[in-house]
Amino acid sequence: MAVKNFVVGLFDDEAVLFPAVKKVRTAGYKLHDVYTPFPVHGLDHAMGLRETSLHTAGFIYGITGTTTALSFMSWVFNVDWPLNIGGKPHFPLPAFIPITFELTVLFAAVGMVMTFCYLCQLMPGVKKHIFHPRQTDDKFVMVIELTEKTNAEEVKRFLNEAGAHDINEQRAEAGWWYGRFDQADEDIHARPVNA
Amino acid sequence: MKDQFVVPARLKKTSFVLMGVGLLTLLIGLIAFQGENATRFWAGLLQNSSFFLLITLASTFFIAATTLAHGGWQIAFRRVPEAISMAVPALCAILFIILMIIVFGGKEHIFHWLNAHHVAEDKILTWKAAFLNKGFFTTATIITMGLWIFFTLKLRNMSIEEDGWDLKPETGRKLIWRNTVWCGGFLVVFTLSVGSTTPWLWLMSIDAHWFSTMYSWYTFASSWVSGLSLIALFVVYLKKHGYLTYVNEEHLHDLGKFIFAFSIFWTYLWFSQYMLIWYANMPEETEYFQPRVWGEWRPIFFLNLLINFITPLLFLMKRDTKRNYTSVAFIAVVVIAGHWLDFWQMVGPGTYKHLVFPWYELGLGLGFVGLIIFLVANALTKAPLVPKNHPYLKESIVHHT
Repeated sequence: MAVKNFVVGLFDDEAVLFPAVKKVRTAGYKLHDVYTPFPVHGLDHAMGLRETSLHTAGFIYGITGTTTALSFMSWVFNVDWPLNIGGKPHFPLPAFIPITFELTVLFAAVGMVMTFCYLCQLMPGVKKHIFHPRQTDDKFVMVIELTEKTNAEEVKRFLNEAGAHDINEQRAEAGWWYGRFDQADEDIHARPVNA
Repeated sequence: MKDQFVVPARLKKTSFVLMGVGLLTLLIGLIAFQGENATRFWAGLLQNSSFFLLITLASTFFIAATTLAHGGWQIAFRRVPEAISMAVPALCAILFIILMIIVFGGKEHIFHWLNAHHVAEDKILTWKAAFLNKGFFTTATIITMGLWIFFTLKLRNMSIEEDGWDLKPETGRKLIWRNTVWCGGFLVVFTLSVGSTTPWLWLMSIDAHWFSTMYSWYTFASSWVSGLSLIALFVVYLKKHGYLTYVNEEHLHDLGKFIFAFSIFWTYLWFSQYMLIWYANMPEETEYFQPRVWGEWRPIFFLNLLINFITPLLFLMKRDTKRNYTSVAFIAVVVIAGHWLDFWQMVGPGTYKHLVFPWYELGLGLGFVGLIIFLVANALTKAPLVPKNHPYLKESIVHHT
């Protein structure tokens, strides 16, 4: 990951935030992320985020669970240790179905949770830069990434016109790093430029 | 905004043609199935009329369940299940006539518990005679059908009456309260009938020796998922013809989720019924599955699972297919056809035993489809398509999944 420059603006209301998000996209600025205290319906669409592939991953995990359960049980009862249980055949499919179902659900659920955490970079022992302490409390925080083509002052003026306040510029690590939120780290990554 | 449905000439023609096909099949059946073969004549009628009655009754259940759950999303198309439920009285009458002819006409090949000598010699049927006798059968049928018709008409009439009310907070509260009370009452009746005794009497008593406590729920799941598909079909039809302005993919998505979820629910019950009988392997229980799994009906048994589980599971899994009008209409037709097949394999093996091409049953089914189209289209014209005074209407308009 890389250390990048950002312009950060705070919004009080989602009614102001929504038009601002649209303006950012039409103006062509690079939107790093928008932090909200609650899930905002349609914000992902307004930000132009693509549809998640998490469900496709879930389907694959589920199929893996199905295959694992069926093949393992068939192997155990047919090859490794065939037993006569109540005169039932060695491949009693109906008896396998509940376990197959459970394993499908287990694989899909656990796999999807872990994939979700990976995609959101959430994990114990992993830290990300917090742009504003109230970003998940009661403020909407919009973060615009500065590239070679964008001028910081121009972006600040733009955010001001769009209704943001507490606009500031930060230089921070864009990705995650090893660390703990309850311990301050002397890492260069996370220090705002003008804080 | 087109709020008043007018029956298009083409739909009317289609319904008449389908009803004609049904009547013609009935006539041919009357001539073709005589004497020994009359069993198939009555079994076909019993299967079709009970199936189509239960899938229209599912609309009343839909209204009751969503109202009781304080659901708001369905209000934009609530008049559609209401209109479908208006077919319940006519279909009740048809099934009632058929059942009475079977019971009092001594059609012992359908219900062999009707034969008094047979019952006297048979220990199991003697025990069951307190439940399986003509008097109880008739009384229970009259009471359940009467209550279904009463509650269905009540819910519909309340909804139409409320169109004339003022839109005030007090009237809104009153509307919600009385709807909740009546819907609660219907659900009690529905649970004790479709969820409990009614399928035992009408369908399970074909195999009078056999019993399954899952049977009623299995029948309910089958009719409920097909009933949802029927609602979805009418919603898509109306939307394609420019009605139901407030309905969009979001509502369709939720209907699609319902069809998806209850297809899996049906499979759960199908499997629970099958596995317990398979595991215990007791002759008095396995006799039901003998002709279906190991006899002539084997292909239908697996086709049933393929159409009603694998197809909706894989087809409706993707979000896009649940939000597309054409694909939801397609899967709705598949699901209805699939559960018609399910009812066919519930009735057929116990009555006329042999697997034959179901031209007669299909023809009757088309007749019932025509009848339902005719009755529902007629009911749709009777009221505006949007219940404009319902307090949850706004919630339905802004509905977002």
